Amino acid sequence: MANVAVPTHEDDILIQELGYDDHFHEHHDEDKYQSGFIGKYIFSMDHKIIAKQFLITGMFWAIIGALMSLVFRLQLGFPEEDMAWLKPILGQWITVNADGIGALDPQFYYALVTMHGTILVFFVLTAGLSGTFSNLLIPLQLGARDMASPMLNMFSYWFFFLSGMIMFFSLFLSTGPFSGGWTAYPPLSALPQASTGSGAGMTLWTLSLVFFVVSVLLGGINYITTVLNLRTKGMSLWRMPLTIWAFFVTAILGLLSFPVLVSAFLLMMCDRGLGTSFYLSEIFIGGEALDHVGGSPVLYQHLFWFLGHPEVYIIILPAMGLVSEVLAVHARKPIFGYKAMVYSILAIGFLAFIVWAHHMFMSGVNPFISNFFVVFTLIIAVPSAVKVFNWITTLYGGNVRFTSACLFGIGFVSLFISGGLTGIFLGNSAIDIQMHDTYFVVAHFHIVMGIAAFFGMFAGIYNWFPKMYGRFMNETLGKIHFWGTMIGAYAIFWPMHYLGMAGVPRRYYRFDSFDTFSHFSTMNQFITVAAIIVFAIQVLFVINFFYSIWYGKKMTTRNPWGANTLEWTTPINAGHGNWPGNIPSVHRWSYDYGKDGKEFIPQHYPMQEGETEVH
Amino acid sequence: MNVAVNHPNSYRNKIHPKKFALWTACISISMMFAAFSSAYIVRMAQGNWLEFPLPNWFYVSTATIILSSLTLHGSYWAFKKMKTGLYRALMLMSFVLGCLFIYFQYLGYHEMTAMGAHLTANPSSSFIFVISWVHIAHLVGGLGVLIVAMLHAFMLEHKVTPARKLRFELTYTYWHFVDILWIYLLLFFILQQQS
Ligand code: HEM
Ligand SMILES: [Cu+2]
Repeated sequence: MANVAVPTHEDDILIQELGYDDHFHEHHDEDKYQSGFIGKYIFSMDHKIIAKQFLITGMFWAIIGALMSLVFRLQLGFPEEDMAWLKPILGQWITVNADGIGALDPQFYYALVTMHGTILVFFVLTAGLSGTFSNLLIPLQLGARDMASPMLNMFSYWFFFLSGMIMFFSLFLSTGPFSGGWTAYPPLSALPQASTGSGAGMTLWTLSLVFFVVSVLLGGINYITTVLNLRTKGMSLWRMPLTIWAFFVTAILGLLSFPVLVSAFLLMMCDRGLGTSFYLSEIFIGGEALDHVGGSPVLYQHLFWFLGHPEVYIIILPAMGLVSEVLAVHARKPIFGYKAMVYSILAIGFLAFIVWAHHMFMSGVNPFISNFFVVFTLIIAVPSAVKVFNWITTLYGGNVRFTSACLFGIGFVSLFISGGLTGIFLGNSAIDIQMHDTYFVVAHFHIVMGIAAFFGMFAGIYNWFPKMYGRFMNETLGKIHFWGTMIGAYAIFWPMHYLGMAGVPRRYYRFDSFDTFSHFSTMNQFITVAAIIVFAIQVLFVINFFYSIWYGKKMTTRNPWGANTLEWTTPINAGHGNWPGNIPSVHRWSYDYGKDGKEFIPQHYPMQEGETEVH
Repeated sequence: MNVAVNHPNSYRNKIHPKKFALWTACISISMMFAAFSSAYIVRMAQGNWLEFPLPNWFYVSTATIILSSLTLHGSYWAFKKMKTGLYRALMLMSFVLGCLFIYFQYLGYHEMTAMGAHLTANPSSSFIFVISWVHIAHLVGGLGVLIVAMLHAFMLEHKVTPARKLRFELTYTYWHFVDILWIYLLLFFILQQQS
């Protein structure tokens, strides 16, 4: 790596001639800070390795979180069925009666729902998605050697790891993990004696999430600084791929909203441990009045949703960025309305901060104030619709290659439409009186956020797997994975709209004991069976992923998809520093597909005589 | 150690990436206090709010922390002008003043408790305790940074290199930030009491 041989690959020649000599290799003859196994793979500071660490840790959590959902789906679909067979795994949480029939402990049911939500929202779809792809793509697509601070970047991963360890440990407490819902509303969260999970379980939950926030902030500071300061020559903001725009705005959202969550938690910790009454007032437990007076539980909800709503965009924006890139590359067309895409990312980012109270229409917020939030909430539909229109227009008339990555991109658009539409219903406070806290909301956010973000992530994984591991994932398995998940996910969540419209409340342990809801038992069984099948299909994906790391089809060319972005100009197995010689300089935006009769013109190709920039 | 920062391209922008990163971190920290402030306002609007004057020691501590910012800036000036003795003395003084600030806050808490505005008396007093604690936590981080800066000042030969200048600038930026943060909080408390 030290003495760069005369380049033979045409990209290398171009980069050598037109690129940018940052004297990187003179200082780092032998990569001095990355030697040995531990430095290289464990406490690595290379953004590419850190990206893989985020991804694999995220996958671990996704499996745990999904398994939890299977357990509570079994309970909801088959409440009468014997669960004694789960006793070896769940132990005391399965109570076996005199007839030998095992039942899931109701307390543990709530713990499972809570952990499922927390894990999926924070560990999988925040860290696993934005952590993975921001790390992988920001330096590579901007032409940087690494993040602004590789060290902080490493800490970002390890704080996430620590946070995960604490949460994992809380699963094994004898009183169980926290069980008051992923939103942790007081009083269940603020009074250790409120329920079994509210004691040690809640303490660990809070601790874990505080470390998680540290991780997000360290990562975010780095992403923002890198985007603004370390772009290569010629990479103006308006030439950045949409992936980078999305990661950039995501990081800003995180930086502004996660600290608010910490503030909310600190007040909560004082209520729990020091006897203050920020969130608690006039509470009786076991017939006994507590000392807490003067607090306001709605105060917590304001603080929580001030993070909570931006958080859902922190989850979906990276997926949108990945999908924009994947669709353009595989449709072989420039993204339609690049600037409109950027402006709608910015608009969504801004609006995300002024709609939080749409989660609180039923919490006793003044209806006049609700009106403002209704209006702003509905306005979000505008930039969202712009994006959807542009994705469809990008596909329209394209020479679409239906690879697994592309299919997941298209699936994302479908899901985002279905789930976004139900958001418009919920955003009207009058309709929300009926819909709030029903399965309609569950259907809404699983489709628009849960599944859609997973699809964005899958699109990203199938597309950038060769960049990460130098091999391809199996396409046939990928397509089975796509169709199974696409059909299966709709099978799970579509019926929930009907349940919700009929008033079936979310977070209930069983419905068969209510006459009003008992006729839905077949529908609940159907949903549970669909969930089991979809889970099995994800196992296929995990197998494909790990099998392909070692045995997948080898990558023989650097740029297998014929993409324009810079990450495909590095050697197949790039070392720390990404480019062996100079770093490429950039001469055009990243969407010159089908221009002047050429299928694609990468960003590091100079403008030809007489050629004009597209936008 | 820091690959990308050595990237000459980074100097395209006038501000050094590390400084930029520090500013972003400060914005993020400010959001925590913005959240506290708005929680304070929202809660106050709901009534059942105990009124009491701010402890006098808070004004003393405010003067102390402002002074410490001035001495730290003086130390930076002396550092650049190669006045080694002054550089070291003023830096030490800033550190001591920082510690004194915490002590004066502590005396302020006693004053509040004596007035009956103790930690759990009413959310109005609880807020002041908790918000100022979180501020102290950030100040302790600043003291840690000052300890490192003092080690440099006392152990290393006095040389003005770009790297050491940068490190000093990062140090005082954060220290001024914690200072201004407290001034903001004090003004906030005063204004809320008047309204
Ligand atoms: C057109 C845009 C959208 C509108 C108008 C909208 C509106 C709403 C409303 C009003 C609620 C509250 C329902 C209730 O609790 O009664 C809600 C819940 C939710 N939305 Fe959306 N939404 C939109 C898009 C999204 C997107 C893009 C995401 C995520 C990527 C998302 C994630 C969620 C989540 C997670 C919840 C439920 C949180 C909980 O209570 O546990 N929404 N949405
Ligand atoms: Cu929302």
